[in-house]
Amino acid sequence: MPAPRCASCHKARAALRRPRSGQALCTTCFCAAFEAEVLHTVVAGRLLPPGAVVAVGASGGKDSTVLAHVLRELAPRLGISLHLVAVDEGIGGYRDAALAAVRRQAARWELPLTVVAYAELFGGWTMDAVARSTAGSGRSRSCCTFCGVLRRRALEEGARRVGATHVVTGHNADDMAETVLMNFLRGDAGRLARGGGLGSPGEGGALPRCRPLQLASQKEVVLYAHFRRLDYFSEECVYAPEAFRGHARDLLKLLEAARPSAVLDLVHSAERLALAPAARPPPPGACSRCGALASRALCQACALLEGLNRGRPRLAIGKGRRGLDEEGSPREPQPSGPPTSEPIPGF
Amino acid sequence: MLWQVLEGLSQDSAKRLRFVPGVVFADEGAACGQSPEDRAKTLAEAKLVLQTVGFPWHIVALEEVFSLPPSVLRCSAREPVGTEGAYKAAVDSFLQQHHVLGEEKQSRPCPQHPQGRAGPPTAGQTEALSRLFNSVKTLTAKEELLQTLRTHLILHVARTHGYSKVMTGDSCTRLAVKLMTSLALGRGAFLAWDTGFSDERHGDVVVVRPMREHTLKEVAFYNRLFAVPSVFTPAVDTKAPEKASIHRLMEAFILRLQAQFPSTVSTVYRTSEKLVKAPRDGCAAGTPGPRCLLCMCVLDVDTADSATAFGAQTSSQLPQTQPPVAEAEAPTVSCCHSGMGRAQHCCRMEADPRACDPRACVTAQLCYGCRVNMKDLVSGGPSPAREQAGAGLGLRLRSPGTSGSSLLQPSLDPLPPYILAEAQLRSQRAEAEQEIQERLLEAEDGARPGATSAEQAHEDGARPGATSAEQEGADGL
Repeated sequence: MPAPRCASCHKARAALRRPRSGQALCTTCFCAAFEAEVLHTVVAGRLLPPGAVVAVGASGGKDSTVLAHVLRELAPRLGISLHLVAVDEGIGGYRDAALAAVRRQAARWELPLTVVAYAELFGGWTMDAVARSTAGSGRSRSCCTFCGVLRRRALEEGARRVGATHVVTGHNADDMAETVLMNFLRGDAGRLARGGGLGSPGEGGALPRCRPLQLASQKEVVLYAHFRRLDYFSEECVYAPEAFRGHARDLLKLLEAARPSAVLDLVHSAERLALAPAARPPPPGACSRCGALASRALCQACALLEGLNRGRPRLAIGKGRRGLDEEGSPREPQPSGPPTSEPIPGF
Repeated sequence: MLWQVLEGLSQDSAKRLRFVPGVVFADEGAACGQSPEDRAKTLAEAKLVLQTVGFPWHIVALEEVFSLPPSVLRCSAREPVGTEGAYKAAVDSFLQQHHVLGEEKQSRPCPQHPQGRAGPPTAGQTEALSRLFNSVKTLTAKEELLQTLRTHLILHVARTHGYSKVMTGDSCTRLAVKLMTSLALGRGAFLAWDTGFSDERHGDVVVVRPMREHTLKEVAFYNRLFAVPSVFTPAVDTKAPEKASIHRLMEAFILRLQAQFPSTVSTVYRTSEKLVKAPRDGCAAGTPGPRCLLCMCVLDVDTADSATAFGAQTSSQLPQTQPPVAEAEAPTVSCCHSGMGRAQHCCRMEADPRACDPRACVTAQLCYGCRVNMKDLVSGGPSPAREQAGAGLGLRLRSPGTSGSSLLQPSLDPLPPYILAEAQLRSQRAEAEQEIQERLLEAEDGARPGATSAEQAHEDGARPGATSAEQEGADGL
């Protein structure tokens, strides 16, 4: 049976049905609709004012690739200029290939690229070293906790280096839905209160961040990348299977199968959550070490690094922050270089 | 829970409860597709339990929703409670619950005659109910519809018999599942009402959940240790595959996660305690907006083109070339949407205000979650195209029009009449308000005496008080 005609231009044969509305569209019309929606999100949400210098967090994956591509198309209309910022977490066998993809993209699109490495910023701690450090605790390694916080800091630093006024990341609707599910399952009222909007306006010296793809579902992002023949890196991070987010992701897949609009329903719920004032995070101040935005004495990145340096990686995770106030732990802090392989304990 | 109430009311309890309870049992066999013999058997078992408990009891069948008055959907003002603590409470015990009984309480005197219904529901009503439930495509929407109708029915019973509170037996586990399910259904704005301790959105009758701190496991152990008999009836999702509905999925997911991380349920419960019954920061204060027709919460939808999830689904952006098929419908739907952000008035064509599509009118009065459920309500045969093909005018401007097949016209007929009547009334009232507003503005510029008779005829059904005031205003000029 031949494909039906495109519902929009009625000339070409339809190439897909939009997951959201079931409407049949040809490739050109779909891409145009996708770009129009992103433009609408940015304009209606007043996310990127004209004249903004925008740092795009580029990981080489499909979301950031599509984001960079769409923003590049829309840049003349919005009056913004783009810089690509890539973060090198030091995950062997994964990040190198992804960075190669980013370099190719930067070359093809002629956008300036800056690479920021963990090893350089955080005193030699790469993600592999962090993983080794947290490996022996018997519980899950919680690599993603470290990586997420440190990556945000690295992105911010990279954006400052290029003189950006805004930071954009490629989170899509599925990411937002997974986040709200995950936060409820873990009881993270602070993050629930903070999340849900289109991004943060940037308080206390932090750059404003936003997520233009927030209302686009993951399927459409993949389809767009496919139709525009974008070159991206599509493998999963080596540490991803251990993450709690995996549970939320599986649940989301099932929910989407039961009801296709579940993803946007979750995003709508997240936007409308009303949490008690006591549960909301305290107004942000500045970190005592690095001066970045922090709701406590130490920002999360400094707290995590402190824990790593003291040899107690779980210090800043969960309820263990009390230990941060102690000074002079028995072990020597190691300010430079990752730890060498740990001695095997003998019994 | 019944047992706990019994204990609390007994002479020898330390802190004696001071209310007079009644028990309501809702028979939903028709919705679940049970045969009349099974239903009779369940009813007999339930009656046995209820008689031994000793409280006045009421058995209502779900078919009675077809004879509910539209006032059920209105939020009445709360009557002032008496100064002492003597208030009545209606205790709700229904299917799959762990009913309470004790053999040692046999010596209690029999209560006054039980107030059952007049008689079993008529075959016509049963047939109408099954038609309603068969016209719903997905199990998720069925479960939601069942819950809504059950709530309305119990509310009605409580109001007619003068009860001011309804207690339900939801345990901690069930509330945690309910919270996550509500999230997934788009009801994030109303979580505090759906899963909190007290739910007072109906005005005079308050729904309370006293069992919300007990986990299901505790309840099971309690029932076993105290030999509490329970009545088992199949529900609408019994024996359904796990992926059939969002409710099933969530329940299975949470129970599975609980096995791996034993603190899951209590974590979700603690988080639910931190929710408040207020709109999100931006839109606080002021008069609360219009309420949803079905769930009676304040509406949580934005204007159509905002940069939110709702806006994304109802965006009026069309691709460059407008499809000719949808063009005739476009003005209708777009003016429906343009009005959505303000008062709830359905779209008004220039000529005839009553020619608007009834489905769009009803949909405009629903909250986000109820709208998504309503989309699954389609009458007639199976849909030829995708599931969303039949959704038509309700929400999506990009209504798919595959050139070959015809658009299914979704119909609201199977819905119980009280819902349709209330929807009609609200939309008429809103239209009348809108007209009054417009007339007032024009009257300031210059009187238009010719229009007054038309207004009066239009507003007769809605607000006689306002009409006379308006008349005076027009005459004065």
